[in-house]
Amino acid sequence: ALHTSFHQLIQEQSSLMEAALELEMQERSREPGQDEQHPNFSPTTLRILASMPSRTIGRSRGAIISQYYNRTARLRRRSSRPPLQQLCRTARPSLRHYDLETDPTRATLEEKRSLLVKELLSLSPGQRSHMLLTVPLSLAEKRTLRWVLSRQSQPGRAPHRTSSSPCGRSKDCIVLVSLGCGLLSLLAAAQPWHYALKQIGGRFGSSVLSYFVFLKTLLIFNIFSLLILLVFVVAPQAVYPPPSASPRPFTGLELLTGAGYFTHSLLYYGYYSNVTLNDPCASSPNGSMCPHTAPQFPYNMPLAYVFSIGVSFLLTCVLLVYSMSRSFGESYRVGSSTGDLAVKVFCAWDFKVVQRRSVKLQCENICTQLKELLAEQRSRSCSLSLCQRLGRTVVLLLAWVLSLSSVLGCVVALRYFSEHMHVQEAILLVLPLVVSLLNVLMPHLYNLLATWEKQDSPVTEVYVACWETCVGQDLYRFVVMDFIFTLLDTLFGELVWRLILEKKLKRNQKPEFDIARNVLELIYGQTLTWLGVLFAPLLPAIQTLKLVLLFYVKKTSLMQNCQSPSKPWQASRMSTFFITLLCFPSFLGAAIFLSYTILSVRPSETCGPFQGLETMYKSGKTWVQLLEKSNPNITWFAWVHQYLVENTFLLFFMSGVLLAVIYFNIQVVRGQRRIIRLLKEQIANEGEDKIFLIQKLHSVYEQRERRA
Amino acid sequence: MGGSASLLPREALGEYQELTFLTKQEILLAYKRFSELLPKEERENACSARVPKSQILTLPELRANPFQHRICRVFSTSGNGDDSMSFEDFLDMLSVFSDSATLDIKSHYAFRIFDFDEDGTLDRSDLEKLVDCLTGQGEESRLSNAEMEQLIQNILEESDIDKDGTINLSEFQHVISRSPDFVSSFKIVL
Repeated sequence: ALHTSFHQLIQEQSSLMEAALELEMQERSREPGQDEQHPNFSPTTLRILASMPSRTIGRSRGAIISQYYNRTARLRRRSSRPPLQQLCRTARPSLRHYDLETDPTRATLEEKRSLLVKELLSLSPGQRSHMLLTVPLSLAEKRTLRWVLSRQSQPGRAPHRTSSSPCGRSKDCIVLVSLGCGLLSLLAAAQPWHYALKQIGGRFGSSVLSYFVFLKTLLIFNIFSLLILLVFVVAPQAVYPPPSASPRPFTGLELLTGAGYFTHSLLYYGYYSNVTLNDPCASSPNGSMCPHTAPQFPYNMPLAYVFSIGVSFLLTCVLLVYSMSRSFGESYRVGSSTGDLAVKVFCAWDFKVVQRRSVKLQCENICTQLKELLAEQRSRSCSLSLCQRLGRTVVLLLAWVLSLSSVLGCVVALRYFSEHMHVQEAILLVLPLVVSLLNVLMPHLYNLLATWEKQDSPVTEVYVACWETCVGQDLYRFVVMDFIFTLLDTLFGELVWRLILEKKLKRNQKPEFDIARNVLELIYGQTLTWLGVLFAPLLPAIQTLKLVLLFYVKKTSLMQNCQSPSKPWQASRMSTFFITLLCFPSFLGAAIFLSYTILSVRPSETCGPFQGLETMYKSGKTWVQLLEKSNPNITWFAWVHQYLVENTFLLFFMSGVLLAVIYFNIQVVRGQRRIIRLLKEQIANEGEDKIFLIQKLHSVYEQRERRA
Repeated sequence: MGGSASLLPREALGEYQELTFLTKQEILLAYKRFSELLPKEERENACSARVPKSQILTLPELRANPFQHRICRVFSTSGNGDDSMSFEDFLDMLSVFSDSATLDIKSHYAFRIFDFDEDGTLDRSDLEKLVDCLTGQGEESRLSNAEMEQLIQNILEESDIDKDGTINLSEFQHVISRSPDFVSSFKIVL
């Protein structure tokens, strides 16, 4: 039909066609890169060019209305393409009314509008309001449309305000309602930070903002774990305290070392009892005084302990995988194998940045980035000589050797150090002090190395020195030390450095906010918490407190002391990277360590909820056996436990299914890439057709002019 | 807030909530900020008043933006070309730049903002002006002619699928869909 209308145009505007003039088949002499908007084209040709549908969509109201008319018609018919035979007057107005700008009467616009209204009326109210919301017209136009719609749908009544928007977007409605209750409690916490995040984004851009958003995400994880542990482990034990030894006096050092007064408190594993809590039989030493009646809701502490930890880990895993897949889905694109210079130019500007100085900085950053990319492209076209390539390989190897040897050196030193440690209280702090010191100094060393190469490697060290409570205490000390060192690092790295730069060296340049290092510190702290949660159930509370304090400290330091990073960071890819880094080494390592501890390690005999058992997992097994004995009807549960949970066949089967799903998805993506390539070729062919026709048109007018 | 500030009529508020991507709080905040731009006498009927372009450009969110003139031009519905904005134009602008606007709408309006000569496509001159806005007006941060040539050549090679030398709306939207950052960077929050 497109060809028909052009043919008609050529026929009616040129009498030469009837004179059977031989239009020789012009060679399309198109030099590569020549602009098609040739100034030699006659004004009529240019006018026709300007009213082509592909160009009017971007600027005229009538074209937009026609486009959305087509979309709603498609929606109603639920087929991807309207049949070509249907060329009656009311169909495909975008083709019939191609000459939009030269048609002065407003009646055409009214006609289009009435067509669109007619189509919209046939949709459901939800789809209709969604369509009205997403059409890119001005608000005045939308109000007119809405008024016409309401007048036509209910001719007798005045246009009444339809119900509020959540139910208009029907699919989102259900999900929103179900998540609403859970998120309400978090909203109260998130709102006070909304303005702070806007301030940070406005001055420093999206890349620094991603660090603070990551911090907020970690806080949410910790709050979830904390809630579960608080409700199921800490609160019941606090209500039924075990008979304990006399508590040691409280000195101030406990806040740092976690030992002393805190050793026999809710903070650590050793405090928790290994019996059913509200059963008076179990806790009394004299068996004859037992009333022999089982309590109504027996609360088995060991079971609750191991299950709560398991459930909180499972929940964290699910949340992590969900947020990882969502941010990965947002940042991955099929078929984006061509260069990304165009993408960079069109999406470079961050409209959130509002301060004048930051805007100027952003302009400079973009300019530098573009220049670098262009220079890189120019240099890529000329290949490197053998000498240069050899030189680059040597530098790479050297950087790797240095990094690995320093990591190895730190590990050996720490092992030697902790084996020769004594158990006096203040000296307990020395190991975490050394570890945190190394954690702070090594990244600076690696930054130096990174002037050659881009390297960021965390040094995550945990050395398990003594058993459960001792482990818990150690981890508590690590967490506290890490916090103190982060504060010190912020103080010295940012505040003092800025003062030095300004006063002593008289340079007007503030230190940069090192996003990578700060994120790795966060991940380190979170790994410690996950490792320690089995041995110190209140560790998530401490981590939550630490994160809240850290937010304010970092924000204040950022505002006072730092400038935005000069390296261009893509915020979304970075968020994906942070979450992936959190999931894979950090969470997976903690989960593996936890599984190993629960399944194979012998718990200590004298303290804690698993005294006397072979492994912590056995508490679950004994409970299942007890259940089986007491109630023969639940044999299916025992059967499920024996054949599904304990059997390794299930694991292999699930892995097989997962691999099959992955393979299937890879094939689908491959097929999509092929289709994208074919469609691109087709569009290029259509473009050539268009250019051919424009040239023909131009030649027709030229000859006509020559004759006149 | 104050006694002299008139409130938005409830029915209009509901309608705006339905037709834009803004929440109720955002609309009320927009109304407050818009009426602050008007002189005191006109604040009573802020819904029908028009604010001249110079006043709009004093907003902190637009003050330093290199695309400020284009934004005013694209969203203004004034018939005499002076780019003044009414309250509905202001809401339009905030809706497109809000958190919940779709990629479709944002890319459509981004195209219109970048189309400096308003001919419905992005040709070489449009792209040159765009790059100049991005790199700032200072002398040291402009691209040289050769670099500009190379850049525009690359952009056209990557995005002009039908090879007609210009980038139309569909091609622009196709390029934008490849960037996951666009939705979060094309945002202005009051």
